[in-house]
Amino acid sequence: MRIHLPNSAFLGNIDSFLRSQDLTEPQQLIITANRKWIAIHPVVLAMVAALGQNAAKTVCEELEAASKHYLERMGLFAFLGIDSGISIVAHEPAGRFIPLTRVEDSEGLTRFLTEMVPLLHLAPAEAEPIRYVVSELIRNVLEHAETDGAIVCAQYYRKSNRIAIGIADTGVGIRQTIRRSHEAPTHLEAIRLALMPGITGTTRQEGGTEYNAGAGLFFIKSLATINRDFFLLYSGDAFYKLLKSGAKTPRLHSDPFEDRHAAKEGLPSWRGTVVGIDLSLDATASFTELLDSIRETYTTTIRERKRQKRRPRFI
Amino acid sequence: MKIDIRQEAGSFAENKDVARMLRETRIEPALASEEEIILDFDGVEGATQSFMHALISQCIRNHGPEALDRIAFKGCNPTIRKIVEVVADYMQEA
Repeated sequence: MRIHLPNSAFLGNIDSFLRSQDLTEPQQLIITANRKWIAIHPVVLAMVAALGQNAAKTVCEELEAASKHYLERMGLFAFLGIDSGISIVAHEPAGRFIPLTRVEDSEGLTRFLTEMVPLLHLAPAEAEPIRYVVSELIRNVLEHAETDGAIVCAQYYRKSNRIAIGIADTGVGIRQTIRRSHEAPTHLEAIRLALMPGITGTTRQEGGTEYNAGAGLFFIKSLATINRDFFLLYSGDAFYKLLKSGAKTPRLHSDPFEDRHAAKEGLPSWRGTVVGIDLSLDATASFTELLDSIRETYTTTIRERKRQKRRPRFI
Repeated sequence: MKIDIRQEAGSFAENKDVARMLRETRIEPALASEEEIILDFDGVEGATQSFMHALISQCIRNHGPEALDRIAFKGCNPTIRKIVEVVADYMQEA
């Protein structure tokens, strides 16, 4: 595997980074980087860390970029077991970030959520949606990915007043999970189904099972839609990216393809799932208002789907 | 019967395993014996839809919407209230 950390890779322009990965020969990971400056979204760090944990050998070229200390501060080299030789000030005052962390089980998730809020210096109203999103995304990995946990990290950006979160796993991926109960001929179709309300890989039954409703990703996409944030889901050879809505009052859609989005197939195949999200702290809609919109869209969708139930064929 | 959610699940109720345990060991038996149940959310700041689904969805599926006549949700802040409503709504539509 070869990963080149580019000059810039955030959710808006991450496509070329995703295309550039060489994910063949998984026993070895070679990391190279832009020589001048590396500015990357936490999701890129989570991906590199996830690949590194499965590689027998990881090699990182000597980094020259002035911003290389950021990778050290986020714990990338410690995670990969590499001595970078980079020294950093441990407690930078501007540091509002969560370094790379592996969450392996339910108790670990509860601990992580408790520690996350003070690390990001969040006010209670800001913490609410962020804690919600992180909890649901990591729990998805713990329940469905069939792997040894989720790798997560986050960063606050003062200029844009947003929190960027990246979560990656190297599990079975969305398609394998969804195909247990639904037809998904491609990875992109599986991603589409996973984002629809009430669709879960655990059952075809409306309302889900006693344990899974198939609502988690729809809630998170809805939050990003209303707040005009980016949201990326990458699994297998496909990604779906929710783009920022230009509408004055963005509408929620049960079909993610009706949202303003980018979707691509034929990318290097990621074994597992990658999620990146930006959450603006300037969000105008309150979490409670958002839940009203979700409730309406969700129940309407289930009602519509019930109407479309198959009829008996009489010949 | 009253269940103190904060005591069982903490101030952010997201652990679905805890929710399922509460439903299986306390809520379902109480519903079966036609007992009134109070789910006390006093002191709980937030909850996820997944938690609420694991807590009450099967009760609605097993006992019908009438299950909601015997379960009272106490001390819910506006967010938790909405999440309860979302789950109750979609389970009755399903």
